[in-house]
Amino acid sequence: MNLQEPFDSYRPRLASESCESRTRAHLEEIRKRQSLNAFLSVFDDEAIIEAKRVDERFARGIAGPLAGMVIAVKDVLNMKNKETTCGSKILRSYHSLYDATVIERLRAADAVFIGKTNMDEFAMGSSNENSAFGPVKNPRDESRVPGGSSGGSAAAVAAGLATTSLGTDTGGSIRQPAALCGIIGLKPTYGRVSRYGLVAFASSFDQIGPFGNSPRDVARVLQVIAGHDPKDSTSSTLPVPDYLSAMTGDVTGVKIGLPKEYYSSALSDEIRSTIDRAVQMLRDRGAIVSEVSLPHTEYTIATYYILATAEASSNLARFDGVRYGYRTEHAADLAAMYTKSRSEGFGAEVKRRIMLGTYVLSAGYYDAYYAKAQKVRRLIQHDFFKAFEHVDCLLTPTTPSTAFRMGEKMDDPLQMYLSDIYTVSANLAGIPGISVPAAGDEKLPVGIQILGRQFDEATILNVAEALSGGNQ
Amino acid sequence: MNSTFEPVIGLEVHAQLLTKSKAFCGCTTQFGNDPNANTCPVCLGMPGVLPVLNKSVVEFAIKMGLATNCTIAPKSIFARKNYFYPDLPKGYQISQYDQPICKDGWLDVELKDGSVKHIGITRIHIEEDAGKSIHDQDPDTLVDVNRCGVPLIEIVSEPDIRSPHEAHQYLSIIKQLVTYLGICDGNMEEGSLRCDANISIRPKGREQFGTKTEVKNMNSFRNVERALEYEINRQIGLLEDGGTVVQETLLWDADKNIALPMRSKEEAHDYRYFPDPDLVPVLVDQKWISEIAATLPELPEARRNRFIGGYHLPLYDATILTQEKSLADYFEKAVALLAQKNDEGYKSVSNWTMTEVLRLMNDLHVSIDQCVVTPDRLAAMVNLISEGVISGKIGKEVFAEMLKSLDEPKVIVERLGLVQVSDTSAIEKIVDEIIARSQAQVAQYRAGKMQIFGYFVGETMKAMKGKANPKIVNEILKSKLV
Repeated sequence: MNLQEPFDSYRPRLASESCESRTRAHLEEIRKRQSLNAFLSVFDDEAIIEAKRVDERFARGIAGPLAGMVIAVKDVLNMKNKETTCGSKILRSYHSLYDATVIERLRAADAVFIGKTNMDEFAMGSSNENSAFGPVKNPRDESRVPGGSSGGSAAAVAAGLATTSLGTDTGGSIRQPAALCGIIGLKPTYGRVSRYGLVAFASSFDQIGPFGNSPRDVARVLQVIAGHDPKDSTSSTLPVPDYLSAMTGDVTGVKIGLPKEYYSSALSDEIRSTIDRAVQMLRDRGAIVSEVSLPHTEYTIATYYILATAEASSNLARFDGVRYGYRTEHAADLAAMYTKSRSEGFGAEVKRRIMLGTYVLSAGYYDAYYAKAQKVRRLIQHDFFKAFEHVDCLLTPTTPSTAFRMGEKMDDPLQMYLSDIYTVSANLAGIPGISVPAAGDEKLPVGIQILGRQFDEATILNVAEALSGGNQ
Repeated sequence: MNSTFEPVIGLEVHAQLLTKSKAFCGCTTQFGNDPNANTCPVCLGMPGVLPVLNKSVVEFAIKMGLATNCTIAPKSIFARKNYFYPDLPKGYQISQYDQPICKDGWLDVELKDGSVKHIGITRIHIEEDAGKSIHDQDPDTLVDVNRCGVPLIEIVSEPDIRSPHEAHQYLSIIKQLVTYLGICDGNMEEGSLRCDANISIRPKGREQFGTKTEVKNMNSFRNVERALEYEINRQIGLLEDGGTVVQETLLWDADKNIALPMRSKEEAHDYRYFPDPDLVPVLVDQKWISEIAATLPELPEARRNRFIGGYHLPLYDATILTQEKSLADYFEKAVALLAQKNDEGYKSVSNWTMTEVLRLMNDLHVSIDQCVVTPDRLAAMVNLISEGVISGKIGKEVFAEMLKSLDEPKVIVERLGLVQVSDTSAIEKIVDEIIARSQAQVAQYRAGKMQIFGYFVGETMKAMKGKANPKIVNEILKSKLV
C-alpha cells in the first residue's frame, strides 16, 4: 500500500481496500517511524473503531466526503477528552473539554483521526526544536529539521503516517514545514476557517490549514473546514466556493507576479534556479508572468515580531497555574506561584516572546512599537492589494533555504526568525498562501509559495495543481 | 469643610447589566446558583476558546447612552486589560479603552438648595465582570467564576462634582436611570451598582487640578458621601499641614470610617491595553439607534412631569413617587383600579403611598414588590373610602389589618364591623345625647365660639367608635346647634 498516494487516487478503491486497512497501515507506519517523534498522542484503538464505522457508512452509501481519509491533528487544536499539550510542559496531560470547530466538521465528513502531532511550543518556532517533548525529525533526512511550528503534522504526511494533517500558520508554520518536508501546505485567508478551539498564539494572524500529498487533498480538507462559524467572530460569512472544480490545472492567461523584493541576494542559488524552472513551466503553459513590487517588504519581520508577540503575551496569560496545567510545587504566595509556574512551565522561546510582547505593549512604549507596527501592517497589506490590481497571484520561494540541520540555528533566534521571511507577509496581510514542493538540485525538496487575493484560495490551488503536474 | 479649598470629584460607576446571558458566552447570569455552576469553556478561559459578543449588551449600553445625552459611537472596539488575578481566568478583562460605545453626555442634577448642577459624562463603556475570590471559607482561597463574563457598563463622569452631596445626587440619578431603563437592578449593597471616586482638592478659584486619589469599595450611597467627606478632609489636612497629596488608590473601610491605601502610583498596574483581536468592531448605525430609542421607557423626569400634569399631583408628591420606577409603577397600578378616576382619588392614592406604604417598606425592610398591600388592595380600600363605606380614619385601621390578613379590604371591613354609619337617625340619637350633656359647650358655640364645633364632632365620633360618616355628622350637628 502506498501511503503517500494522494487521497484522490485511492478513494475510488475504498470499497476493496477499506478505511480500516488504511488506518492500520498508517498506525503500523507510525510505529516504524517512531524516531521521527512526529506524534504526541496516537489514537490506536479508537482510530480503528472509527475507521470501521466509516467503512460501514461507506458500504451503506452514506459516507461523507472525507471517508477514507486518515488525518493527524496538530496538538494545538482541542479535541474533547484528548490531551492538548501545545508542545508545552505547562499543558502536559491537559485534557480538552470540547472539540474545535474544525474537528467537529472533519468528523462530520467522516475523516478518521489518528493522533495529535508534535510542534514547537505554542506554535512558536521554525524548526520544531522548541517542543517540550523533543524535536521532530525530517523524514527525508533525520539529521535535519522538518520546519515548524507544525513540524509533526508535516513530517506525518511526508512519511505516510497520515493521509493529511492539520497545522496552524501564524507566520509560516504550515508553509515552511511543508516546503522543508516536500509536501503541500495551505494557509487559508484569515477568517476563512474558524479558529474556535485553536489555542491562540497570535489571534489576528493564526489560521488553521491542511497538509497533503496533493493540492487536491488539501482542497478537499479546506472544503470541509472552511466557512463561517458563529463561535468565531472573525470568521467570514462569505460563501465557500467549490475548490475542486476550479482546479483544472489550466493556467492559460493567469497573471502571476514575481515580487522583486523577494529575489534578493539572500536567496540560495539552488532555490533561485528551482523557481526559475517552475516559472518557465508556468509560462510554457500559458501563464503571464511579470515582476511586481511590494515596497514595504523590509519591515515584514520586525512588524510581525512586534504584533505577534504582543498578542501572544496576552493570549498566554491564562496559563497561570490557577485552574489547569502546570503549577509549581514551591510557592509561598500568589506572586511566587505565578512567577514560578510560568518560569518553570514555559520554554525559552515562549518566554522570550512573552517578554518581547509585554515590552511592546507597556506604557510609554506602546506608540513606538505596537501602534507603529499596526500602521506598517496596513502599509504591507496595501502593498499586496496594489499588486493584486495587476496580477492574480504571486509566486515566491517559501523559504530562503532547504531543510537545515538540527541545532544549526538554535543559538541564533534572529537567524531562526529569518526562516519565515517569505511567509510572514501573508499573515500580516491576511491573504492565503500555499507551498508546493519542487525537486531541487540536491536531494532536499524546495518549496514554491503561491500567494493569492483574500478569499481566493481557488486560484492558488489551481496554480499549485499546475505546478504539481496536473493537466499536463 | 474648609472654605478656602474646593474638592474636584469624578465618579466611575459600574452597573451590572440584567441581560439573560453573559457578555461573551451563552452562560446564564442568574444570581445565587452554586459556585462555578454558571460556566462554560469560554468564560472559564479554557485554551482555544473565543468570545462572541452578546448583542443585548450593546443595546443596554446604548439605552444608557441615550438616557444620559451621550453620542453613540458608530464604531467602537473592545480592548484587553491585562493583569493577573485568580478570579480573572483569561489573564485579561475584555473592556473598551480608547473607543468606547458612548461618549460626551451630561446629566442635570437637582441639589437640596433647589439649584441644578450640570455634570458631564465623559464616556460609557462595556466590559465584562471578573469572578470572586473567597478567602474565608477554606484555608486556601476559593474562586467562584459565576460572575465572570457578566456584562457591566462603566459610566465615567467629568471631574465636575464639587461636593459629597453633588456626588450623592448624581449617583441617585444614575441609579434611577438604570432601574427605569431596566438594565440594572441598581443595588449598591449587593454590588450590582458600584462606585469609585477620583478626588482632588485645589484652592478656590484655581483652575489647575491637584493630585488626585482614587477611593474604592464604597458600597452604599451613605458610604459614598462619608468616604468623600473623609477623603476631602484628609487631603485638606495634608495641605494645611504643609504636606502633599500622594497619588494612590484607597479602600474605604465602612466599619472604621476610614480610607486605607491599597496601592501607590509606583505599584499601579500597567494594564497594557490593546485592541482585542478576537472581536470585531461594534458597528452601530442610525437605524439601530432609532430602534433602541423607540423602546426607551418614560424616564424619571418625564414621568414626574406627567404625574403633575396628568394626575394634578403637587411637585413634592410627584418627585417622591417617581424617585423609583417600582414606586411609580405601584402608584399607577393602584390609580388604574380606582372606581372614580378624579383628582381627589389620585391625591388620596398618592397620600396613602407616600405615608403608609413607604413607612411599611421602611419598617419591614421590604421592596415595593414584596409589599403585602398590593396596588389592587390599596385601590380597593381607597374605593371604600370614596364610596363612603368607611372613613379615612377607619382606612388606617383597615390598612393595618391588611398586613395581618390577606383578606380583601371589603371583607376586612365587614369582618371587623367597620362599616361607616350613614344612618341619620342613629347619628341623630347620639348627637342629641351629646348636646344634652354638654350644655356649657353648646352655650359657648351659640355665643360665637365656632372652634368648639370640633369638640362635638370628636365626641360623636368617639361615641360611634369612629364609624360615623363625618359628613353626615357635620350636617346634623350644624342643624341641631343653631
